Amino acid sequence: MSRSIDRPALIVGLLLLAAAAIVAFDASRQTITSNYGVGPTAMPYVVCAGLTVLGLAHFIVALKDGLPKPEDADGKALLWIIGGLVGLVACIALGGGFIIATALIFACTARGFGRDALIIDLVIGAVLGTVIYIVFLKLLTLSLPAGPLEALLS
Amino acid sequence: MDTLLSLANGFSVAFEPSKLLFCLIGVFLGTAVGVLPGIGPALTVALLLPVTFKLDPAGSLIMFAGIYYGGMYGGSTTAILLNAPGESASLATALEGSKMAKAGRGGPALATAAIGSFVAGLIATIGLAFLAPWLVELAVKFGPWDYFALMIVAFVTVSATFGDSPLRGLTSLFLGMLLGLIGIDKLTGQARLTFGVPELLNGVEVTTLAVGLFAVGEALYVASKRWREPEEIIPIKGSLWMNKQDWKRSWAPWLRGTAFGFPIGALPAGGAEVPTFLSYSTEKKLCKYPEEFGKGAIEGVAGPEAANNASAAGTLVPLLTLGLPTSATAAIMLAGFQQYGLNPGPLLFAEKPDLVWGLIASLFVANVMLVILNLPLIGLWVRLLAIPQPWLYAGILVFATMGTLAVNPSPVELGMLFGFGYLGYLMRRYDYPVAPMVVGLILGPMAEAQLRRALQISLGDPMILLENPISATLLGIAFIALVAPFVMKGLNKFKAAED
Repeated sequence: MSRSIDRPALIVGLLLLAAAAIVAFDASRQTITSNYGVGPTAMPYVVCAGLTVLGLAHFIVALKDGLPKPEDADGKALLWIIGGLVGLVACIALGGGFIIATALIFACTARGFGRDALIIDLVIGAVLGTVIYIVFLKLLTLSLPAGPLEALLS
Repeated sequence: MDTLLSLANGFSVAFEPSKLLFCLIGVFLGTAVGVLPGIGPALTVALLLPVTFKLDPAGSLIMFAGIYYGGMYGGSTTAILLNAPGESASLATALEGSKMAKAGRGGPALATAAIGSFVAGLIATIGLAFLAPWLVELAVKFGPWDYFALMIVAFVTVSATFGDSPLRGLTSLFLGMLLGLIGIDKLTGQARLTFGVPELLNGVEVTTLAVGLFAVGEALYVASKRWREPEEIIPIKGSLWMNKQDWKRSWAPWLRGTAFGFPIGALPAGGAEVPTFLSYSTEKKLCKYPEEFGKGAIEGVAGPEAANNASAAGTLVPLLTLGLPTSATAAIMLAGFQQYGLNPGPLLFAEKPDLVWGLIASLFVANVMLVILNLPLIGLWVRLLAIPQPWLYAGILVFATMGTLAVNPSPVELGMLFGFGYLGYLMRRYDYPVAPMVVGLILGPMAEAQLRRALQISLGDPMILLENPISATLLGIAFIALVAPFVMKGLNKFKAAED
């Protein structure tokens, strides 16, 4: 094994310690404590202690074998999908409705998986979204977020 | 016999036409979604949870039972025909099953998996029906300290048995417990870790976490390494049916697999992984044709697949009688119960016997439906496997977001879903198991509540945990299970140094 420090393990360790610190900080601000037994701060401190121990254990791992080495990732594919997810949140937040959001996520994911037909996939996604919207509304009486396209349907 | 009477009562619920229909829909949907590569039973249940929102509790739980069993069947089809196990419990099935399929014996492999699952499911469900009332009687006597100790055992075994590194398993568990802290503390009404975000006051939804980790995480992970050649579907050649010799070689592994699966699944140890591999290695030893192992021995499909299904029914024992989920799937099912304000446990058996026994009876019905449905419909399931990968994962993400959009269409909730998705991707990449996180999220707050209740009764004296024989024993077991892997590792190193 290499003697150098394994960076992923080091980062995980640091993140765990940071999480532990946040939990401890939040718990220290609690005002109500109970008379008998343990109050609402006990469990956070237990979790905090656990995270601290695990964080330190990760430092040891970083110095020894490190975490398993992952294969190279296809960054472009990831970016397409993450872009689609962000687009979906934006679409819902801005009131674009379920169907447009579905078309976006469908087309971007398919693109991320290597399909080269963005327009066709947008149409497929929109059709899928429309079908799901109608099924949810009529059969399950659950309403999905509505936008301009949904307004046309009802 | 009380059990038989209750069970007969349950069947009268399960045989209502509407319930039969729900069960059929559940079985069908469960199989269809479970067949899709990359989707295991846990995700199947999580994805289909919103579909059951508007049904009455009994109908939706019965549909759930069908989805659960259907998802298990679907998973074995993928494992055999695609050599792509959707969960670690079908790894053993994929090992021999895909070899059989390549040798043109995919039909018998699917048949022995289906019939084996049927036999195992039947026996294990009978076991559940007879064990549950007995356990419920025992559970009534449990104090909060005993429940707390039981949950600690579940914590330790869940994180130590999933994956091969206890450190990474425990990290995953504690991250789940951390998420479990978020929201309003049930005993004092104080907000914890919400940072003023109102959407966080209700805590993190189990389904959001599960769908994010399993569906979004898996999609990102597969996409990130997509230039590697995609799995090929192995076409089914020859007869679908098992011949006489197949039957002769299958029945004993079915029974042995069930014998492994049910008890291990029913223990708070949980996890279907251990019994499937135990069954696999046992069959390898007992088989009259050991040379066939690795090349497609039918015993290697029959045994593990039976073990897998039996342990799935086994995990329902602690879930229904104690309210204790011991697998990711069980954790999501518990969330399904909670959405109706139902808390599984001894009280539920007393208050809603129709519901509980109807559910148990439906498991029998679902099992029968599956074996009837699955064998003739294999052609249809195979066609589902042929969906091109881009569309498949695009569809999975549409369904994953659909659930969240239907229940809670806020940007914060969606952001959490995708945040968990990215976390799931990173965890897969560095080989952290994700299941303990789901269990930690749902079990963490429950353990906290029991501990605080116990300490309130004892006026703050923690010794109450060690003074009661049951809780003391359980905590001892948990401690041994936690320390054993590290000690063993040390021993192995010691031995290696001596050699």
